[in-house]
Formats: sequence, structure tokens, C-alpha cells
Amino acid sequence: MAITADEVKHVAKLAKLEFTDDELQMFAGQMDDIIKMVQQLGEVDTTGVPVTSTVAEAKNVMREDVAVKGTDRDQLMYNVPQKDKGFVKVPAIIDESEEG
Amino acid sequence: MDYFKNDLSSIHAGLLNKDFSSKELTTETFKQIKATDAKIEAFLTLDEKQALAAAQKVDERGITDADKLAGIPVGIKDNIVTKGLKTTAASKILGNFEPIYNATVMDKLEAARMIDVGKLNLDEFAMGGSTENSAFKITKNAWDQTKVPGGSSGGPAAAVASGQLLVALGTDTGGSIRQPAAFNGIVGVKPTYGRVSRYGVIAFGSSLDQVGPMTRTVKDNALMLSAISGHDKHDFTSSEREVPDFTAKLNGDIKKMRIGLPKEFMDKGVNEDVRAAIQNAAKTFEKLGAVVEEVSLPYSKYGVPVYYIIASSEASSNLQRYDGIRYGFRADDVKNLEDVYVRSRSEGFGDEVKRRIMLGTFSLSAGTYDAYFKKAAQVRTLICQDFANVFANYDLILAPTTTSTAFGIGEEINDPVTMYMNDILTIPVNLAGLPGMSLPAGFSNGLPIGMQLIAPQFGEETMYRAGYAFEQATDFHKEVPTIGGEN
Repeated sequence: MAITADEVKHVAKLAKLEFTDDELQMFAGQMDDIIKMVQQLGEVDTTGVPVTSTVAEAKNVMREDVAVKGTDRDQLMYNVPQKDKGFVKVPAIIDESEEG
Repeated sequence: MDYFKNDLSSIHAGLLNKDFSSKELTTETFKQIKATDAKIEAFLTLDEKQALAAAQKVDERGITDADKLAGIPVGIKDNIVTKGLKTTAASKILGNFEPIYNATVMDKLEAARMIDVGKLNLDEFAMGGSTENSAFKITKNAWDQTKVPGGSSGGPAAAVASGQLLVALGTDTGGSIRQPAAFNGIVGVKPTYGRVSRYGVIAFGSSLDQVGPMTRTVKDNALMLSAISGHDKHDFTSSEREVPDFTAKLNGDIKKMRIGLPKEFMDKGVNEDVRAAIQNAAKTFEKLGAVVEEVSLPYSKYGVPVYYIIASSEASSNLQRYDGIRYGFRADDVKNLEDVYVRSRSEGFGDEVKRRIMLGTFSLSAGTYDAYFKKAAQVRTLICQDFANVFANYDLILAPTTTSTAFGIGEEINDPVTMYMNDILTIPVNLAGLPGMSLPAGFSNGLPIGMQLIAPQFGEETMYRAGYAFEQATDFHKEVPTIGGEN
């Protein structure tokens, strides 16, 4: 096994995803196949080879520090699923049913 | 309007001569889409009212000969944001998302006064090669409705191939324009990384994503790319280089052009009919006066593992923004804030997206970063050097686009690794940021075969010139599909 069900569970927690036991079994099996496939990179000698993180000709772009009008607040809030008086509405950060 | 018998130039001439108005053309286009889309299922959203209003405006203002694209309908892959028009990325998590701004490519099409008729299906967040990962529908191949249209730009490819539209925009991160173009027998171009602005394109793998045109002819494709290219202050990876008129050098002359045929792209993993079609293409190029020689890209075989680590890592980071708070789907009956994140994401994303987020999170996490992400980024350098070595002596690379023709719906969807290997011939091009084109090069059992032309960075003119010469010398692009026994 390249990855265990417990490791898959840990990665899911980092990615803020949750799985049922059945899903966990399926994902663990598929992740194992995928990780075995990508592990073939181990056979390539990359001693001293630099990384490529971009293929763009990008360079730093500077501009004058001049204030410009931003996007209208109502516009920005347009797609918020739950809102109230111009604020984004979310449930309590602490679970009150458990914490009392 | 029979799009099979027209191209952008003939439609433009018709509009210019007032043989028909843009409103008539647009009305007719919607009629055709409605007649065939029950079988093809290319569209997620149609925008008829807005499109007819835009067409009427074009008619009122009139067009000149310089307005090559004005008044002509276009379809847009649904991961390109359109102001006021629902944009879902074929995901439940964006099922009700109505953007408040336009992608830069949409502003450019609006400036060219094209008529956006609606949004086209894709694999969720452009992750997949069959369009079966859409949360909403499975698009069918234009040539055989039991086959996949390819992906992730399956909607745009099937819409153009079935004659619903002349042109559409797709996106390509690992082959998502070229592979469906090959499967549907049309022309699809992934431009050089940086040629087209990514602003307003829903991010998947930011170091790989590019927007490109999907058309039935090379010249139409060149016209579209000229319209959408150029620097954009909203995307600092977009190039400041001047954009040539990509149609300018389409004269059929490719004498002495040096073309490399990589032996790794022609091995036993590639279907026999596909290999034969590419060998025939090589002969056609030689007849046209080009020199075709075998070359080697030894590290290209590692493209798939490199890609799945890099693209998934970038995706896991890009998709953190879907948290159920500011836009998109939010799960019901949540107890606390953590629950909003976890439940909204778990209910909102489909399985393939979850697999990629998981692989990316794994590759980037403490203890695995060096062995996976860093290793992949190093092998990416070797793949880039492979291409640089070939392009030191050659103008262009010729290869198959895919290892086979379109596979059946449901055939590969439960086997991610097999599905991932489909992209083996297109992925290296994205990793190196090169322009690549797929165009029709033959048929096998009634299904189209795609040929790929790859140029050095910003070498689109060479690619189009060779593609045009090949198209003029062959008849593959003249074949059209019969949709559900009618046409």
C-alpha cells in the first residue's frame, strides 16, 4: 500500500473534506493507484535540476500608489448565500450545542 | 444557416452584403441548437434574450469589412465567467453563481461584437477527459452518441462538431481543448502560456491553464485567437508581446519547414489506426516540401505523473476558496463554522474534484513535499529541456493528439489512472507552456483521428501556417457527422 485509509482520512481533514466509510474505502483504493503511478518519478535522477514553477515571462509590475474606486459593496455581496444588513451571515464559530 | 457549409469569412460576407441580418442568423442558430441538443447535450445555459438583443444592436449599428467577427454567434465553456450569466464550472458548488464581472476574453469578444449564445458543458472544474464529470449532464460525441465527446471542453467541441455553432471558446490545462477537438474532428488550439489572459477563467492549474478557440477550420481558429490574445493588466502572466494577425501567413507554403516526429509519441501505446494516420500526415507534409524527421523527447513519458502532481497541487490551493461563505453552495443544517466548510465542500464537489484536491493536498503536505511536489517540478524542467533541444533544430513537432479515438460513455469513468493516461500526448505541451493544435487527420471506424502540431513558445504563426497547408491538401475537415440519423 502506498497510502493507508488512516492517511487518507488525515489528508481529507487537511483538505476540509469528509467521507463516509464506503467513500473512504473507494478513495483510499483509487488514491493508492494514483500514488503508485506518480511514484515512478522516483526513477528519474534530478540531482542538481532546478524546479520549474512557472513558464511565464512574468516580471514584477509596479504602479503609482493612487487610490482608485473599488467594486460597489452590494455588487460584491451579490452571490453571498446568507446575508443580513450588509454582513455575511455564518453560524456560531463555537458549537453551542456541545459547549453549552 | 448551415454551418457545415460556411466559415467565419462566408458568414461575415453574408452579413456585410445584408444577405441576412445578425438577428436572423442568431435566431436560426438557436433553432438549430434546440433541434440537436436533446441528442448532443452540449449546452448548460442558453441566453437567447440577451443574444437576440445583442444581435439587434449589431444590425442597428451596422458592420464594416474590418468587423470580421461582428454579429456572429459564439459559445463559451462554462468555466469562463460571464457577467450576469450563470457560470457553474459544471459543479454543484457553483450551481447558482452569477458573476458580477466578465472574463477578459469575454470583454474582447464583446468588443469584437460577437454574439454569446450561452454556456457549454465540461468536466467539473475542467477536471477530466470525457465530460462525464459534469454535475449536470453528459455531453455526447457528435459522431456517435454512445461515445464520449472527450474533455474537459466536451461541450464546446460537440457544439462546433455538430454544427450548432461555428466557433466556441474552451480551456486547456492538460489537453482539454485538443483532446475533445480530436475526438470530434475539429480544430482546437491551446495557445502559448501567457498568450491569452486568464482573468475570469475559473482557476484550476494556474501555471498550465489557457483559453483557446475551437473551430471547424484552421483559418477560423486563427481569426478567433487574434481576437482574444494580448496583454491584460489583470493577469501578470499574460505576455506583453505584440499579437500578430494569425491569419496573415496562411498561404499554403511550408517548403523547407523542419518538422520533428517524436518516436515516444508513436510507440505501441498508440492505436494502430492513429499511428497510420500520423504517418500519412508526415507524408503529406513531405509532399508539401517540408522535411520530416524522427526526434526524441525522452522525458515526455513522465508527463502524466508530473502533471497530476502539479495540476492537483495547484487545484487544491485554488479550490480552497470554495468554503460556502461568500458565494456558491452552502450546506444546510450546519452546527458551526467548521461544519459550513467541510459539509459545503463535501456535498458541493464531485468525486473527481475531491480526488484531485486530495492528491494535491497530499503532495504539498509536510513530509511528502520534497518527494512529490518538488520532484515533479524538477522533472518538469527536464521535459521543458527536451522540447528546447528539439526546437533548436526543428520548427514544429508533429504527433498524434490522443492514443485512440473516442471511447464509450461509462467505459473508463471508474478507473482514474486509465483515464489520466489518455492525456499522455497533450500534457507535456502544457508543462512546457507551448502552443499546440489538434486538427482532423483521418478516421477509424467512423470516428475522427486528431493530429497535433506543437510549436515553440509564441510560435503560433508557424503552427497555423503548417495546419492550414495540411488542411488545404486534405479532405478530412470536410467530413461532417450525421446526428441521430438526420442531418
